[in-house]
Amino acid sequence: MVVATQQTRISAGDLVQGVLDGQRLLLARTITRVENQDDDAAAMLAALYPHTGHAHIVGVTGAPGTGKSTLVTALARSYRHAGLTVGIVAIDPTSPFTGGALLGDRVRMRSLVGDPGVFVRSMATRGSLGGLSKTTGDVVTVLDAAGFDRVIVETVGVGQAEVEIASTAHTTLVVEAPGMGDEVQAIKAGILEIADVMVVNKADRPGVDKTVRALDMMLQIEGSGPRLIRHHGHLLRVETPAALAEDENRWQVTVMKTVAADGTGVSELRERIEAHRSWLQESGEMAIREQLRIANTLENIIRAELNRRILASLPAAKMDGMVEAIRRRETDPYTAAGEMLAHI
Amino acid sequence: MSEQKIRVLIAKPGLDGHDRGAKVVARSLRDAGFEVIYTGIRQTPQMIAEAALQEDVDVVGLSILSGAHLTLCPRVVELLRAQGQDNVLVLVGGIVPDEDVAKLKAAGVTGIFGPGTSTQEIADYIRQNARVAA
Repeated sequence: MVVATQQTRISAGDLVQGVLDGQRLLLARTITRVENQDDDAAAMLAALYPHTGHAHIVGVTGAPGTGKSTLVTALARSYRHAGLTVGIVAIDPTSPFTGGALLGDRVRMRSLVGDPGVFVRSMATRGSLGGLSKTTGDVVTVLDAAGFDRVIVETVGVGQAEVEIASTAHTTLVVEAPGMGDEVQAIKAGILEIADVMVVNKADRPGVDKTVRALDMMLQIEGSGPRLIRHHGHLLRVETPAALAEDENRWQVTVMKTVAADGTGVSELRERIEAHRSWLQESGEMAIREQLRIANTLENIIRAELNRRILASLPAAKMDGMVEAIRRRETDPYTAAGEMLAHI
Repeated sequence: MSEQKIRVLIAKPGLDGHDRGAKVVARSLRDAGFEVIYTGIRQTPQMIAEAALQEDVDVVGLSILSGAHLTLCPRVVELLRAQGQDNVLVLVGGIVPDEDVAKLKAAGVTGIFGPGTSTQEIADYIRQNARVAA
């Protein structure tokens, strides 16, 4: 059998045109090349970039088993009823041992198949740890350029510190379920701090009021003071625009109850997301977030390329020799790194 | 920098709900290093073809124990080809009587794996025959 014949390879220009024309097969192929970081991916993203900025990007994150996929499905249906198109990126983990992945979010999304106003793509993390994969932001760019009104990004089931989604999304939902932890869990740092909207899903289960109360309490404590935003891996104290200093103009993070499986509370959640979108635009916060997001993207691109160049410029044979010398305890990793860097 | 992965869609078309086999295969293909998109039971050929398109997979694996393979599998192949996915490998796992094997192959199903197939055999077949997405 013929393996990996290239006779059907579509040109980058045709792919870009296909994405802009709404051709789903070409959109899917473009995403593959972007995800694989093919040689022409950067050029394709560059050509698509001027067509972006239309989509509102909604991040959905939370622990495994809180019902993220079901909620994303319900939310997408709600947006469709409101006449908006939806692109979905659903991320599941890659096995660190085999490099393989089992992407199962589609099992919950079957009711979305066959709707031309919805496009669902599953992605594996491929070694990234922050809850997204390295190219998730680029795939969102492609879906944005393809004209989807809303792009929903569902992270892997995360724990307490995977907050990368906040620098990709405009509106971040943190999903909890009753009985997942006590009040101390709720006041720990990390994932709860990135929420623009808190969702307690599976609200038909016992313990829902206790969970809502714990989250409300945490939000009241956090309510005042200057805003901290994650930037370059550090939390950055951001000056609040004058208009926001007035308390009534600040965004209030609220706790919403949903039962995604039967749709309860989902249209209210959608309205809350849209209210956040309006607030971002009217308050000037959108410009700040876009700045942070773009700075983050730019820095990542530069860092990846520098990394590649530096590693390529290191003499491989010497590297192997160093590793062996360190293993024999003839030198140590810190001294060796210094010597290797002297080559640059 | 380019990192290509073989992507495989595993689906159960038709009405039987016996998904143990599909799940075992999905898991073993994950362990073989593929990205496996698992879609679950009671999928129509249209749903499968549409998911294969959106996910841009290299392989579609169909698990059928109901006996409806002669109706469902050719339909999936037809829909895939109609939407331009000419190079997607279509495989079937489950109960296929010997006399139906030739009919399925004529319809464009390239690999048929019955009871007793080792998961290693399926992984090897995919590695040798799947065209990594162009």
